[in-house]
Amino acid sequence: MTDLPTSLTERLPPYARAMGMRINGLLDGAPLLVMDYSQRAMGRPGYLHGGAIAGLLEMAAIMALHADLGDEDTRVRIKPVNISVEYLRGGATVETFARGQVVRAGRRIANVRAEAWQADRDKPLASCWMNFLIKPKA
Amino acid sequence: MERTPQNMDDSSVGRPAFPAGLKFDPSQFNKFMLEHGHTGFIGMQYRNHGDNWVELGMPWREDLVGDPETGVLASGPIISLLDNATSMAVWALRGAFRPQVTLDLRIDYVRAAAPGKTVIAWAECYQLKRSMAFVRGIAHDGDIADPVAHAAGIFIQVEPEGWARASEAAA
Repeated sequence: MTDLPTSLTERLPPYARAMGMRINGLLDGAPLLVMDYSQRAMGRPGYLHGGAIAGLLEMAAIMALHADLGDEDTRVRIKPVNISVEYLRGGATVETFARGQVVRAGRRIANVRAEAWQADRDKPLASCWMNFLIKPKA
Repeated sequence: MERTPQNMDDSSVGRPAFPAGLKFDPSQFNKFMLEHGHTGFIGMQYRNHGDNWVELGMPWREDLVGDPETGVLASGPIISLLDNATSMAVWALRGAFRPQVTLDLRIDYVRAAAPGKTVIAWAECYQLKRSMAFVRGIAHDGDIADPVAHAAGIFIQVEPEGWARASEAAA
């Protein structure tokens, strides 16, 4: 029996791995995503690309939902329906953290929020809401 | 967003990040996108542009996949593509490069992109204000009438001094 962060780590897709994302245990009950600083994440000089930050937020939201679904997770597929990202600060060239929070997971729809930060969790870089469609596996 | 067509490695001292009045030609941006940072990694390419719109492409690649069972691309690279396309559409309409940051960006994922196909993003700046630029875009995989994703966003013009220097968190 593997623990939750380990089993979720196995679900990180190729994109997340290529971007240097990993799961570093749980934070306040939800998976803590970490993205290494790398050239692959760079946007304008000295700052992370907004798309790389959004990609990390999405992965945090997805993993938070997987964790929240528990046993149900093996029986359903989740599909992102939409995302709205607000950018609050520029992302510096250090590692970035993100954590998702499931606001509501119903039978068909899940609403999830996520936040990304660096040195100081109280100074988020960006936040998002995401909606997911939950469908039984065929 | 994307780096300017200048070597700005010395940006930490806060000097202006680009020459004043630098003209912007989206077609000249391709080399920089392909060679640098995140846009280089995901393989973003210039395709076409008009007065207020830009079209970029991103070929399918295995390490950009979000669902290994189906081979469907992750949504992260599609956000990045739409972020760049919308941002460049603002510069295209201004006819000049000016530093800006994304205030917000909303994406609706209409359907999964077909595995193996290049994703194309078409984006326009539909309203340009002094400090804000309103943008929208469509991502598709060959037929713009059958979109993969829709985007709407706002960019804010910022002072060049803060745009490209090391942030406080890195100091």
